[in-house]
Amino acid sequence: MALAKDYASVMGRNNEIMKNAMGLDYDKFESGKMSFDYEALMASTGYTIEEIMKVQSATGVGNTPILELRNLTALARKYAKPGYGATILVKDEASNPSGSFKARRAACAVATAKKMGYKGVMAATSGNYGAAVASQAAMQGLKCIIVQECFDSKGVGQPEIIEKARKCEAYGAEVVQLTVGPELFYTFLSILEDTGYFNASLYSPFGIAGVETLGYEIAMQCREKYGKDPAMVVCTSAGGGMMTGTARGLIKAGATDTKCIAASIDLTGLHMASDTAFNKKSCTTGHTGFGVPYAVDPDHSDVPRSAARPLRYMERYVTVTQGEVMYITEALANLEGVERGPAGNTSLTAAFALAQELPEDEYILCSETEYTGAGKHIQPQLAFARENGIEIKFGDPSVEDKPGVNIILPKDPSYIKTKDMDIVHMRESFIKKACKKYGSFDIDEDDIEFLAVETNSTPEFVKSTIEKLKK
Amino acid sequence: MAKKNDWVRIHRVVLPAEGRNPNLPEDTAKVPLEMWTKGFLQADAEIGDEVEVKTATGRIEKGTLIEVNPHYTHSYGEFVPELVQIDTQLREILFGGEK
Repeated sequence: MALAKDYASVMGRNNEIMKNAMGLDYDKFESGKMSFDYEALMASTGYTIEEIMKVQSATGVGNTPILELRNLTALARKYAKPGYGATILVKDEASNPSGSFKARRAACAVATAKKMGYKGVMAATSGNYGAAVASQAAMQGLKCIIVQECFDSKGVGQPEIIEKARKCEAYGAEVVQLTVGPELFYTFLSILEDTGYFNASLYSPFGIAGVETLGYEIAMQCREKYGKDPAMVVCTSAGGGMMTGTARGLIKAGATDTKCIAASIDLTGLHMASDTAFNKKSCTTGHTGFGVPYAVDPDHSDVPRSAARPLRYMERYVTVTQGEVMYITEALANLEGVERGPAGNTSLTAAFALAQELPEDEYILCSETEYTGAGKHIQPQLAFARENGIEIKFGDPSVEDKPGVNIILPKDPSYIKTKDMDIVHMRESFIKKACKKYGSFDIDEDDIEFLAVETNSTPEFVKSTIEKLKK
Repeated sequence: MAKKNDWVRIHRVVLPAEGRNPNLPEDTAKVPLEMWTKGFLQADAEIGDEVEVKTATGRIEKGTLIEVNPHYTHSYGEFVPELVQIDTQLREILFGGEK
C-alpha cells in the first residue's frame, strides 16, 4: 500500500525516515534525561582526524593556503592605537573544489553514504553546502538532490541562491526550489523517503568532523609559518558548524590559547520565515537570523541532535552590518587582489575591527573565504537591494543601519566596528530553551553539568540561571 | 509546443495556503508553498499543461510546464557607483592617491 504523502503523515514518519537515511540511531546517545552524549555522537563517525584528512585529500579537499592580508593589516593599523593591529590572515577555503569550506563537510558525509551503499545523497540547503555535496557526489558517482528555499511568492529569487542552484546543476545534481517557509523540511523528507537516499545533513557528526581538519590545519600552518598559534580565530556563524568544527580542530591541535570568536551579519528585525522579508535581505547567510537561533537552540535542524553546538566553543559573538561586509569585500579585491564572495567575508569584516584590539605581533585569522560569481557578488547583491527599495548610502553603520530598510556603507574604514552580543544572555536563553523543551526546571546534577558544557559556563551559572528562571 | 525528452522547468503548488504549517508569519501564511524543478519532458505538451518530467536523478515529478530549455538570467546586476568610490578612498588612505 502506498504511504500517505500529506504534510501530517510525512512529518509523523520523521524519525523513521531519518533513521533509514543516515544509518545512525540517535536514541543510543540519549541519557533519558535532558542530556545526551555529544562526544559519543562525534565518535560515531568512526573516523580519526587523520582518516578524515585522507578522505578529504582523496578528493582535493582541504590543505588550503593561508593568505596574509598585508594591505588590510596596514589599513587596520591606521585606526589602532600605537603598537596595535594584529596581522590579518585568512584561510582561503574558496580554493576547495566546490568553492567553500563546505567541501570539508560534504566529503565525509558523501564518503560515508558511498561506503554504506546508498545510491544517492540529499541535502536541504540554500547555501554553499549544496554545491559541496553535489561536487562530492559527482566525484564519488552518487546521485544528488538539493532542496533550496529560493523564491518569494512573486517568484522572485535571491540572486545569491540562484547562483548556488546553477553550481549544483553544473555538478549534475537535481535542484528542487521552493518558496519561503519551514515546510521545506516536509518536501525534503518526502523526497528522502521516496528515493531512499542518504541525508547528508549539515548537522550530522560526519559534517562537523569534516570541519575539524580546518581548525587543525590553521594551528599547524600558523606554527610553521609564524611560529605561533593565532591569538584569535574568527568564524562566520550561521548554523554553527564552522565554529564548532574549527574550535574542535584547534583543540585537537593543542591550540587551547586561541580565542574563537563567532561573527554574524546583523539582520535583526527581518523574520526568517517571512515571505516579504525574504528579498529584503542582501546577504542570505552568515547572518544572525540563523546564527542566534542555532547557537541558543541547536537541536531544531534536520537531525534529532545537531553535531554543531557553537555555544560550547565561542568566547565572544560579535555582529557586523551588511554595509560593512560589502565594503570589506570590495577592499579585499581592491587592496589584496583577492576577489571572494561577500557572505564568507563576514569574519574578515569582524577581524578588521578586532585586529585593532590586539598587539602588532599577534595574528588574527579568518577561517574562510568563499567563491564569488554572477549573483553571488557585492555588485549584484547591492543592485538587487536597490531594486527592492533598500537605500544604499555612506554613513555610520553603528547608528544608521536598519536591516531590510538600508545598507550603510562605512564612510571610511574607521567606521567598521564589531558589536558584542550579550553572550551571558545567550547562555541564559540556551538554558531556558533546554528546560522548556525538557518540560521542567527540576534537573539533576548530570544535566546541570551538561548545560554548563553546552553553554561554556559553570554548574554554578546554570543553577543560578535556573533559580532566576523559576521566578 | 514542447517535445518529449525536451529539458524543461515545471512548477507545482506543494501546499495550499490553508494546508500550511500553522506557525507562520502572517504574510507567508497567506500564500501557498510552491516548487520548481527541471527534467526531461515525458510526453509532448504545451506551456501551461500539466506534465510529468524525469529529473536529473531519474525521479518522476509532476507540475505545470513553464519553460523549455530553461536558462539562467542572474548576472552581475546594475552598476553600483558607490563601489568605485570605495576603491578610490581605500587607495588614497593607503597609498596616498595618485601622487
